[in-house]
Amino acid sequence: MKYISEFRDHKLARKIALRISRIARSIDREIRLMEVCGTHALAILKFAIKELLPPNINLVSGPGCPVCVTPNQYIDKACIYMQRGFLVTTFGDMMRVPGSQSSLVREKSRGGKVKIVYSPVDALRIAKSYPQEKVIFLGIGFETTAPTVAASILMAEEDGIKNFMVLCGHKLIPPAMKTLVENKRVRIDGFLCPGHVSAIIGSEAYEFLARDYNVPCVVTGFEPLDILQGINLLVSQIYRKEAIVENEYTRIVTQKGNLKAKDLMERVFKVSDSYWRGMGVIKSSGLSINEDYSRYDAQLHYPVEITSFKEKKGCRCGEVLQGLIEPRECMLFGDPCNPSNPFGPCMVSVEGVCNIYYRFGSDHKVEKLNARSN
Amino acid sequence: MQEVISLAHGNGGKLTQELIRDIFLPRFNNPFLAPLADSAIFKIDRKKLAFTTDSYVIKPLFFSGGDIGKLAISGTVNDLAVMGAKPIFISCGLIIEEGFPLSTLKKIIFSMEKTARKAKVCVITGDTKVVEKGSADGIFINTSGIGIIPPGINLGLEYVKIGDCIVISGTVGDHSVAILSEREELGFKESVRSDCNPLYSLVEKLKPYWEGIKFMRDPTRGGLAGVLNEVVRGQKFSIELWEESIPLREETVAISELLGMDPLYLANEGKIIFFIKPERAEHILQVLHSHPLGKKASIIGRVVSQPLGKVYLKTSVGTKRVLDMFIEDQLPRIC
Repeated sequence: MKYISEFRDHKLARKIALRISRIARSIDREIRLMEVCGTHALAILKFAIKELLPPNINLVSGPGCPVCVTPNQYIDKACIYMQRGFLVTTFGDMMRVPGSQSSLVREKSRGGKVKIVYSPVDALRIAKSYPQEKVIFLGIGFETTAPTVAASILMAEEDGIKNFMVLCGHKLIPPAMKTLVENKRVRIDGFLCPGHVSAIIGSEAYEFLARDYNVPCVVTGFEPLDILQGINLLVSQIYRKEAIVENEYTRIVTQKGNLKAKDLMERVFKVSDSYWRGMGVIKSSGLSINEDYSRYDAQLHYPVEITSFKEKKGCRCGEVLQGLIEPRECMLFGDPCNPSNPFGPCMVSVEGVCNIYYRFGSDHKVEKLNARSN
Repeated sequence: MQEVISLAHGNGGKLTQELIRDIFLPRFNNPFLAPLADSAIFKIDRKKLAFTTDSYVIKPLFFSGGDIGKLAISGTVNDLAVMGAKPIFISCGLIIEEGFPLSTLKKIIFSMEKTARKAKVCVITGDTKVVEKGSADGIFINTSGIGIIPPGINLGLEYVKIGDCIVISGTVGDHSVAILSEREELGFKESVRSDCNPLYSLVEKLKPYWEGIKFMRDPTRGGLAGVLNEVVRGQKFSIELWEESIPLREETVAISELLGMDPLYLANEGKIIFFIKPERAEHILQVLHSHPLGKKASIIGRVVSQPLGKVYLKTSVGTKRVLDMFIEDQLPRIC
């Protein structure tokens, strides 16, 4: 088992696609399925999955790109910490996200200190190596990154490292999905639930969506066959007029999730309200550092208040994140907003929907291709 | 705000092209530079010569499968080789940072000598500059190379026709993945070896079939997809690649997936892309397979008529998508 090539088999892909088409035809209306996760959006475009789907299935992208849902105030705060001489450590994607006035990259060119890391544990190592620096790690991301941040805080505690702090901006996926289904502007017939997040929280975390909101949910992996099978299971549920949680990604995800990771999060964090770009404050949708570990909370020890913040004029990232519009419906898309001149975060992150559409060509391009080569 | 050079100006993507188009070409305008090929071609005493230059700033200096010295010879030799030129002479310019260990310099020079011997080229001129600590990062190397284009090899995009086959001499993306996974913070215990190697012997071995080769490129910066995009720009054809036929190491795929990168855009330092007459493709493939550096050679696509000036990919699941030119360094993913 190599876990990649088997899940890219074109014969099997055609078979599943055929089945999806048959079911979709008998449903005979527009079916809107939301892929919550940026990695799903990436795989769908990269493998041009939409080409295999019947016209009445519409895949819309959701808020599952951690960099993208992080609000401007957070970037503004990180910039202020850099201006005040802190050493900021961050995942690479955050570097070029524009804040209200500045960005980490711009602060760096002005002499601010910032280092890209692949894990918060690397940030901890930096704090250890530079005891004279006050090191802040930008803790963003969903249930996937939060456990490693919790672990790094526990390690800091164990090793007595005092110059390490976290600017905590972690967010939780299920409350955002709840907000989306409650929002009447966004019609969603089914969720392709995020595979990585589900590895931590387990498939059971979506049960309320099926039970209380009657929305079919399928936890789905990231290879083309995973995604097609996820869609197949969703349309089958819709056809049967059923709403349950199914798990397509059984090689990674269990019903209960990763108990160790959940325990780490519970020890270090508490659930709090959180501000999402485009969606505003969502109740109980974020994590903040709890009282026991408050000495690692950058915001608590070195408070920075952002009184006003502004989005770039015309940027519609907020609507893109909720599946309300597709990137090309934004007037800025492509020109002037593109990966080398991003107006909003969705164009920066490799898992941002706009960036993905820009890189992998829009459906429009593909349609043109087909029309010509067939 | 004043415009400044960003790292993306040097990654071979759109911004690099803009620099060339807006600043370099208008000033250095001459017919030898104008084709913007890997080497300039000119004639002296009816002998066809190729001349090229390249600078090497790689970090780390030593990596699995090579080092900056091996790279500095291979890269320049390969820029000549893909023009059909037999590399003869190489120059070596060093910019060294004050405080650089002499023993490391020796290791690098030994490696250059070894690679030069293997590639049958001589380093016949050189220069050394030392700059203050902090003004360079260890060592930078520039090499230029001169080669002779033997009769019987005629390369040029003007010979490329619809239906021609595209062949790659082996697996793609290995060099970048080898370099990326050397970065200590990633902590891979085992990874991929860089493919860094001088390649003229591969071209030489194909001598009986030179008439069947129409064009060659080495897919270094920008990778297979980036370089083919450069090739098709403004041409009256497009390129269709078949994902299933592109040779890739499982480890390269796995590590690039993990880092959020696409191996088709990652650099190679020991590969050649060939544009070949379809009736010669199988013969050429056979010869490549018999050479140690061409064992995994494969026909990966063909030249097609529509849509003009695009590269597109038939994916492994049977769909199609455009392979555009990337414009930014690919950033690591976070989830």
